[in-house]
Amino acid sequence: MQELFDNIPEGPLADKWTKFKADAKLVNPSNRRNIDVIVVGTGLAGGAAAASLGEMGFNVKSFCFQDSPRRAHSIAAQGGINAAKNYQNDGDSTYRLFYDTVKGGDYRSREANVYRLAEVSTNIIDQCVAQGVPFAREYGGLLDNRSFGGVQVQRTFYAKGQTGQQLLIGAYQALSRQIHKGTVTMYNRHEMMEVVKIDGKARGIIARNLITGEVERHAAHAVVIASGGYGNVYFLSTNAMGSNVTASWKSYKSGAHFANSCFVQIHPTCIPVTGDHQSKLTLMSESLRNDGRIWVPKKKEDAQAIANGTKTALDIAEDDRDYYLERRYPAFGNLVPRDVASRASKERCDAGYGVNKTGQAVFLDFSAAINRLGKDAVEARYGNLFQMYEKITAENPYVMPMKIYPAIHYTMGGVWVDYNLQTAVPGLFAAGEANFSDHGANRLGASALMQGLADGYFVLPYTISNYLADDITTGEISTDHSAFEQSEKNVKERLDFFMNNNGSKTVDHFHKRLGKVMWEKCGMSRSKEGLEEALAEIKAIREEFWKEVKVPGVQNSLNQELEKAGRVADFIELGELMCHDALSREESCGGHFREEHQTPEGEALRNDKDYSYVSAWKYKGENQTPELVKEHLKFENIELKQRSYK
Amino acid sequence: MAGMNLTLKVWRQKGAQDKGRIVEYKMSAISPDMSFLEMMDVLNDKLILKGDEPVAFDHDCREGICGSCSMYINGEPHGPENLITTCQLHMRSFKDGDTIYIEPWRAAAFPVVKDLVVDRSAFDAIIQVGGYVSVNTSGNTQDANAIPIPKVDADKAFDAATCIGCGACVATCKNSSAMLFTSAKISHLAHLPQGKVEAQQRALNMVEKMDELGFGNCTNTGDCEVQCPKGISLDNIALMNREFLSASLKAEK
Repeated sequence: MQELFDNIPEGPLADKWTKFKADAKLVNPSNRRNIDVIVVGTGLAGGAAAASLGEMGFNVKSFCFQDSPRRAHSIAAQGGINAAKNYQNDGDSTYRLFYDTVKGGDYRSREANVYRLAEVSTNIIDQCVAQGVPFAREYGGLLDNRSFGGVQVQRTFYAKGQTGQQLLIGAYQALSRQIHKGTVTMYNRHEMMEVVKIDGKARGIIARNLITGEVERHAAHAVVIASGGYGNVYFLSTNAMGSNVTASWKSYKSGAHFANSCFVQIHPTCIPVTGDHQSKLTLMSESLRNDGRIWVPKKKEDAQAIANGTKTALDIAEDDRDYYLERRYPAFGNLVPRDVASRASKERCDAGYGVNKTGQAVFLDFSAAINRLGKDAVEARYGNLFQMYEKITAENPYVMPMKIYPAIHYTMGGVWVDYNLQTAVPGLFAAGEANFSDHGANRLGASALMQGLADGYFVLPYTISNYLADDITTGEISTDHSAFEQSEKNVKERLDFFMNNNGSKTVDHFHKRLGKVMWEKCGMSRSKEGLEEALAEIKAIREEFWKEVKVPGVQNSLNQELEKAGRVADFIELGELMCHDALSREESCGGHFREEHQTPEGEALRNDKDYSYVSAWKYKGENQTPELVKEHLKFENIELKQRSYK
Repeated sequence: MAGMNLTLKVWRQKGAQDKGRIVEYKMSAISPDMSFLEMMDVLNDKLILKGDEPVAFDHDCREGICGSCSMYINGEPHGPENLITTCQLHMRSFKDGDTIYIEPWRAAAFPVVKDLVVDRSAFDAIIQVGGYVSVNTSGNTQDANAIPIPKVDADKAFDAATCIGCGACVATCKNSSAMLFTSAKISHLAHLPQGKVEAQQRALNMVEKMDELGFGNCTNTGDCEVQCPKGISLDNIALMNREFLSASLKAEK
């Protein structure tokens, strides 16, 4: 079996990153301008990486499919960003943030990477303040913190409910500064279609100009994939409509491994689906669970009456309500972690207690908080969220309990990387949500923004320099190389195929079908039987997709259906890999719940003895089952424990 | 529920060189729970199956924060409701039998790319000449709490910084002025000590770029503030004018 090398520096945990930086090779400033780096994606990780590498003097080419780098989906993150500043003097430290992240990830992440993340977290806040990110402040003028997601300290920095927006604008501005200086060339409305490898190393990409349809060759000495997560494999998720797996998937097909793909995060508080027309799901911040109580009726006939519209929540007497989280988890109640809360909602709805037409909704009720604190206090805390809810649903949550249901929100899995954030392909790096590295089987709230900026601002600049130090005499990479020719040919063949296929069904038709299979059989809970069915069903969808997909319009123009077709083709293949991954992991941990592996009370049962590893899958060719390569996780600093929220 | 019947009058334009025209589409069984863009998805599904080209439009997050969506609906950017983007508009804002005109942003500096898609890269160009604090991303700046910032200033900076760069302000302005957009960035950074140092040079550079790109002047109509989905205040324009004026006076010395 092939070995994967994590390349973690020797020495005590707390010294590893310092040692790495001290030992890393550097590139002399006069050589940097002769070295090209491509960065795909302009979210927190990609935008920060492009800005930082440009500022160092490398020649950076930055790509995004949106019309501006400012629109990357990091912008939609609401809650906040963690950092071990300990400004609140409540016992926080680098070690505690590290510990919370590994534990929250259900012990499926790499200690050294997570420690580094915790270590640089404080720099992020300093950096962002220096850039003019308007974080929330107290009246004394110092930064405010809030607590988040089941940890015992207040370490989350925030900017109202728009923290992601403000951090992304910070990175976008840093990027804009470099574009003005000429160190970064920006390619808006470009989609990365293929990684180009020369002599085993990543040396460029093929990209499609989405306005002209032109297929372009771009060469570089290193390529960074920072294109986000793959939640849209479920069709319905809180991701943006354009969020896709294509750049990561092409990396996988070019020899990088795809790791832990079955670890996806399902957020318990989203606005439920209203009908078949639904195109995306909207998250309601996790903070609502601080004061909202979650319940369904105790009697099935009440649930049915509410679904039919003959009764409302207000008609159900207190004694007839089942506050199931408080009942099952008296210690944490409504504040259990995301995965636990989501599964409990599903359990009640599957049992027939759902409270809307689709049977897939539960109540989030603020009446107790309004009685206790008064309406004004509740409005001060959650006013903007209540308003957003009312805009979407036309129901007033001050009077009528909100209806919520879990939805796909974040993907912990992704492209496998070593300590340097380098994939198994030399010169190909992956950062942010696109890589698998830091969150194990479950991500804590306010940690995604932290990881994106840490990777982009503070990790990649060191690790990429270390790699590029061997490239100073390479000279310019020519796009005339046969590898570019071959990759471009593959891309064009696929585009031509879609344009000429003339099928009978839309791209969305297939995407919705795929999403339904994934949600039902590789979603909140999975079983061997279900996953095997899913594999057969996805195979059928894949075959029909290639026969029947219909793409109108022309290739050499803006063609949004053509863009979607390529993305959905990759999602279908990813769906199959996710089912293989979920099938092979015979345990329940974090976001991955296997029905066969639970306690008699229905709680997740981890198996550290046999599954304490990263599942890194290697592509073996069309229609071949991918190969499972295991990276065994070593826990030298943290003792593994079963999570309990009872 | 049977849903609504609607008549859509949609701007269709094959590319920048095409003249463009309004095309009528009949819609039936539209649920009031749909978002406006989901209604457009239904239209596009029908067009594709008929073998026609779907209507191209920009959209991404569909929750009002990315700033991609940009439809001019019945003569107003982002449609009839206030403080929302097109993607947050729901069909319950319309009634059975309505006729809805859907057009792209109209401004010389935002050329039409196709149908309802326009090119807003001029906004990026304005930011590139100064919409930032000139600080390297080393992480080795001073501690984040080294400079206390009065909460009221931090809040004002935040309010200006919530601009999503959608361009509704330009689309609604009879002069196609980008003053609200540009001033929001100038104001965001000028309210913070970190951005104060370069505030005047920033104002000079960004205003000059804005003029060069073909955005019009401000005649204080105030429509931009009304149509802004994020409620960005006209006060920012006043602040920008002050910064610009004092910078211009200094430059003359």
